[in-house]
Amino acid sequence: MQAFNVLKGLVAPLDRANVDTDAIIPKQFLKSIKRTGYGPYLFDEWRYMDQGEPGMDCTNRPRNEGFLLNQARFQGASILLARENFGCGSSREHAPWALLDYGFRCIIAPGFADIFYNNCFKNGILPVILADETVDRLFAECEVEGYRLKVDLDAQSVTTPSGEQIAFNIDGFRKHCLLGGLDDIALTLQETDQIRAYEKERRISAPWLFSG
Amino acid sequence: MAKTLFDKIWEQHVVSEHDDGSALLYIDRHLVHEVTSPQAFEGLRMSGRRPWRAASAVATPDHNIPTVDRERGIEDPVSRLQVETLDANCREFGITEFGMDDQRQGVVHVMGPEQGLTLPGMTVVCGDSHTSTHGAFGAMAMGIGTSEVEHVLATQCLIQKKPNQMRIVVDGVLPHGCTAKDMALFIIGRIGSAGGTGFAIEFAGSAVRNLSMEGRMTLCNMAIEAGARTGMVAVDDVTIDYVRGRPYAPAGEMWEHAEADWRNLHSDDGVAFDAELPLPASDITPQVTWGTSPEMVVPVTDSVPNPEYARDEVQKSGWQRAFEYMGLKPDTPITGIEVDKVFIGSCTNGRIEDLRAAAGIARGRKVAPNIRLALVVPGSGLVKAQAEAEGLDSIFTEAGFEWRDPGCSMCLAMNADRLEAGERCASTSNRNFEGRQGQGGRTHLVSPAMAAAAAIAGHFVDVREWK
Ligand code: SF4
Repeated sequence: MQAFNVLKGLVAPLDRANVDTDAIIPKQFLKSIKRTGYGPYLFDEWRYMDQGEPGMDCTNRPRNEGFLLNQARFQGASILLARENFGCGSSREHAPWALLDYGFRCIIAPGFADIFYNNCFKNGILPVILADETVDRLFAECEVEGYRLKVDLDAQSVTTPSGEQIAFNIDGFRKHCLLGGLDDIALTLQETDQIRAYEKERRISAPWLFSG
Repeated sequence: MAKTLFDKIWEQHVVSEHDDGSALLYIDRHLVHEVTSPQAFEGLRMSGRRPWRAASAVATPDHNIPTVDRERGIEDPVSRLQVETLDANCREFGITEFGMDDQRQGVVHVMGPEQGLTLPGMTVVCGDSHTSTHGAFGAMAMGIGTSEVEHVLATQCLIQKKPNQMRIVVDGVLPHGCTAKDMALFIIGRIGSAGGTGFAIEFAGSAVRNLSMEGRMTLCNMAIEAGARTGMVAVDDVTIDYVRGRPYAPAGEMWEHAEADWRNLHSDDGVAFDAELPLPASDITPQVTWGTSPEMVVPVTDSVPNPEYARDEVQKSGWQRAFEYMGLKPDTPITGIEVDKVFIGSCTNGRIEDLRAAAGIARGRKVAPNIRLALVVPGSGLVKAQAEAEGLDSIFTEAGFEWRDPGCSMCLAMNADRLEAGERCASTSNRNFEGRQGQGGRTHLVSPAMAAAAAIAGHFVDVREWK
C-alpha cells in the first residue's frame, strides 16, 4: 500500500449528499477480478452519456460536459470534497480502487459510511472528516479556479490557500498504518501465538464453532 | 455488570487489545461470494499465504449468475470468468463451495442461515454489506471490504474498534398488512440513511420478538441502509427452533451445550445504551420509497413530499435531484404511481415466508397488462424447492409472474435481469440508488405483499385494503 504523508492537491467539489458506491463505480465494473483499471469508469453514469461496459475504451465516449470531472479546471484533482454520508451502500472495495486509480488520494466530507471509510485506509486514501460548516466554507472557497489544499496526515491538519489550518481527528492505529504504508496482515500475523491460544481455549469452551 | 448482547459477543471474541482501543477479533464464520473475493485470493497467492482455517469459510456464487436456462452456463464471458475464478479459488484453497449446480446455492445471506452456517453468538463476516442479515441470530455480523476478506482468510481475525451501541425498541403489535420490511423502512425513514453510522444496533421490543426468523433477517438486513454496520436481535425460542436440525448446526450433546450457552445471548436488564429509540409498532404502515435513498420513504397512503418541508438546503437539493431522476412531481399520491416491472426476491425478501406473502396476494389474480415483467426469484435453491412443494410457483405463473432460479438477480442487475432507462419497478430489495437495478432505472422499495399487489393493480396500492 502506498504511504500517505503530505498531499498538496487540486480540489474537486462534488456537491451531493449520500453519494453511494453504485454511483462511485456501477456494478457492471465489479465483474473484474483485478484491483486496478477502474479509474476511467469512476462515477461512470454521471460522467458519460452512454452506458459504460467493462473493458470499454473511454477516450471517445460521449461525455456529460457538466459533470465536474469533465471540466478542464478540475483535471489532475487529487482531493475530493464531498457531502454527508459519502460512500454509503455496498462494501465493494472497487469504490476506493476507482477513486485511487483515478488519482484521488484524499476525500474530505462531513461524514462517511463506515465500511467505505475503513476501505479507504486499506488503499492509501485518507478520508478526512470536517465539521459541516467547515465543509460548507470549503465548497464556497472552491469556486475560485485552481483551489488547492495541503493535507498533512502527521500533523492532522488541512491548510487552505489563505494559510488557515484546520485540524482533523483520526484514529491512531489507522494513522500509523497509513503513514507507514503498512500491510496490516503482516502486523496481525505477529500475534500468531495469541490467535492460537485463543483458538485452543475456544475449541474447549465452544466446540460447536469448530465442528462444521 | 450488566452487559448488552453486543458486549457479550464482543468480549468472547477479543484475541488481544491494542493501546489505541482497537481489538483483534476472532472470526468464526466467513461467507464468500464471487464479486468481492477474487482480489483477496490473488493477494494470498502473491504473498504465499494460505487460509488460516479454511473450514470456517463457505462460498457460493450469487451476484452474477443467470436466473434462467442455467444449464446453458453463463453467457456473459466477464461474469463467467468471475464465477469460474471463485470455483478455482475454492478448489485451490480447500474452501467448501455450493456451486451454481448445487441445490444449496443461493444468495449468500439466504444460504448461510438456511444451512446452519450462521449460529447464535458467532462473529460472521462476508465481503458484502448485507452481512448484517445474520445478526438476526444474535450473532455479530459485519460486512467487510476485499482487503479485510484477505485479512480474515489469512489470519482468522479482524481489527475492530468497538462501535457505539443503539437500541431500537419497537413495542406493540405490527398492524395487519405490515411486515418486517415496513418496519425496517419506517425506522430508516425516522433515523435517516446515516442515522446508524458508527453504531451497532440492537432491535428489541415485543413487535421484534414477535417476528419470525425470516422477518428478523429482513430487519437486520436493512440495518446497513441506516448506516449501521451491524443489526442484531437477541436469542429466544424462535431463534433456537430455527437453528435446530440445520445441516451445519451442532447435534446431540454438543447441541445441548450450545443451546445453554446461546440462552444467555440477550442484553441484561438495566443495561445502558449510547442511544435508545422507542417506536410504537402501531405507527407503522405499508411503506414505499419514492426517491433514490432508502430514507426517502413514505406511507403508501401519502404522497411524494414537497421540497418546502426539507430540513435544509442539502436535503432540498437531494430531493430535487431525486424527483428528476425518478420522474416524479412533488405531492403526487403514491397510489397514483404506475410501475413497469416488479421484482420479488433478494437477501431482504427472497425467503419462503416472503414468497408465501406475495403468493397470498397473487393467488387467483392476474398481473396487470401494463406490467412488462414481474419476476419472482427465490433466495436459494432450497427456497425454490420448498416453494414448489407448496405450489407457490404455479400460483405465480398462473397470475403471470415469471418463476426463476435463485440469485441476486434484479436486486443489483449484474446479470441479465435489469431495468431499462426510465423503467419503474416495485422491488422487494434493499437499495433504490440511482442505477441500482439498471442504468436510468427507477426503484421503489416495498414489502413482498406490496410488490405483488402493485403487479396485480399496475400501480401502488394499499395492501391493507385487499383480502
Ligand atoms: S440480493 Fe442484492 S443486496 Fe443481497 S447480496 Fe445480492 S446483490 Fe447484495
